Amino acid sequence: MVRLIELLGAYIIKFTEELGRVLLLLGNTTRLILLPPFEAKSVLKQMIEVGIKSLPVVLITAVFTGMVLALQSYTGFKRFGAESMVASVVALSMTRELGPVLTGLIVAGRAGAAMAAELGTMRVTEQIDALETLAANPVKYLIVPRFIAGLIMLPALAVITDIVGILGGYSVTVGLFGTSSTTYWKRTWDYLKMDDIYYGILKACFFGGCIALISCYRGFYSEGGAEGVGKATTSAVVLSSMTILISDYFLSAWLFK
Amino acid sequence: MIEVSGLSKSFGKKQVLRGANLRVERGESMVVIGGSGSGKSVLIKHIIGLLKPDEGRVSVEGKDITGLDEKGLYEVRRKFGMLFQGAALFDSLNVWENVSFVLLRDKHMSRSDARRVATEKLKMVGLAGVEDLMPSELSGGMKKRVGLARAIAYEPEILLYDEPTTGLDPIMADAINDLIIEMKRELSVTSITITHDMHSAYKIADRISMLYLGEIIETGTPEQIKNTGNPIVRQFISGSAVGPIKVID
Repeated sequence: MVRLIELLGAYIIKFTEELGRVLLLLGNTTRLILLPPFEAKSVLKQMIEVGIKSLPVVLITAVFTGMVLALQSYTGFKRFGAESMVASVVALSMTRELGPVLTGLIVAGRAGAAMAAELGTMRVTEQIDALETLAANPVKYLIVPRFIAGLIMLPALAVITDIVGILGGYSVTVGLFGTSSTTYWKRTWDYLKMDDIYYGILKACFFGGCIALISCYRGFYSEGGAEGVGKATTSAVVLSSMTILISDYFLSAWLFK
Repeated sequence: MIEVSGLSKSFGKKQVLRGANLRVERGESMVVIGGSGSGKSVLIKHIIGLLKPDEGRVSVEGKDITGLDEKGLYEVRRKFGMLFQGAALFDSLNVWENVSFVLLRDKHMSRSDARRVATEKLKMVGLAGVEDLMPSELSGGMKKRVGLARAIAYEPEILLYDEPTTGLDPIMADAINDLIIEMKRELSVTSITITHDMHSAYKIADRISMLYLGEIIETGTPEQIKNTGNPIVRQFISGSAVGPIKVID
């Protein structure tokens, strides 16, 4: 029993310590965003890494999610004669929930892992120390561009997911079940408010910042050679995904009340 | 020029430095020898301010650097150039961009000027025609040369070498020794080298200090070190597994 409490205590201490360090890094990063030199070239490069290169997998995920959503809700709603509501379900689910969250999870797995692995490798091969000795702030040089890229590209990807998901739903509802095109679009807009879209974008922005910050943190402070980099990468993805899923609930409860 | 006094540092429960003292004069080539895990790397990282000591101070030209803020530290680091053990070249940049990193970033030199300086520095370390290669295309010895070119690109006053000959074949290692001597002669820099390669130490050092269990236990010219009466130093320089230094601890 004592052992259990000890373990729990140690875990809580470690968690608080890490949370503190992440928040310090966040403070440092946001401070450095505003200070020159501005790493426009690195920011652009990271935006391509996070955004453009995630696009194919995001598109595929979005279209199939929209399709299956339409398929399942149509089957279900048919049982009580509410087939016409399928379009509304697809539109609301995509914009409020699935757009930001799915995009977040995909980017966490793709770009988050890459960030942790790259920074981790730079740490263990002393490249981060080298930056320090060359009087270049590594947080400014490495983390700020990734953080900005996350903040900008995640909402952009989420909007694309929203649109493509709705189109996926359209293809199934109209193409497979023969609902008229006009009805689909009317139903889509009937119950969709601009707030649904805005708040979805806001959530995506938050997820983007979290992914970049957590993944960079894990990579930046990794230690112990190749094994350490592997661990950092795994935990970056796990921690980012968990943060997205948990914070999603609280953000939704707060934003959509 | 550089004075380390009473430097102590622990990582968790492991105390690595226990009140180390070291004094390096201007223009001198100081070599710090010591076994693996003796704290050599930790010592050198304190000198350039990458680590903060638990106790003691490091002063560079009479100025204590241990209490400096980020900005002050970056200013002091401009006096230093460091060659890392694995060269630590930036993978995402090609050779000349690595060499001119500081010039491109902080001195706002145009790319064509920066490239010209890089070519010149690369020539100083005996490399030509490698400007556009990526670090992954270079051999170990070439990487070290590029690392050295990067360290001298902004004309620092002090050069730090972290195990410059480790991992190189004997001929390449000697070529690097010659380069270190040449840097000292041509650029009149102060240098601190950490190594366990005695051949290299004798060749490049004005003075040698031995670090053992986190303390500097002896300092002297290569001649004095060769004729030392200290059994620990004697065992280390003769490379014997038998003696006061226990191989397995």
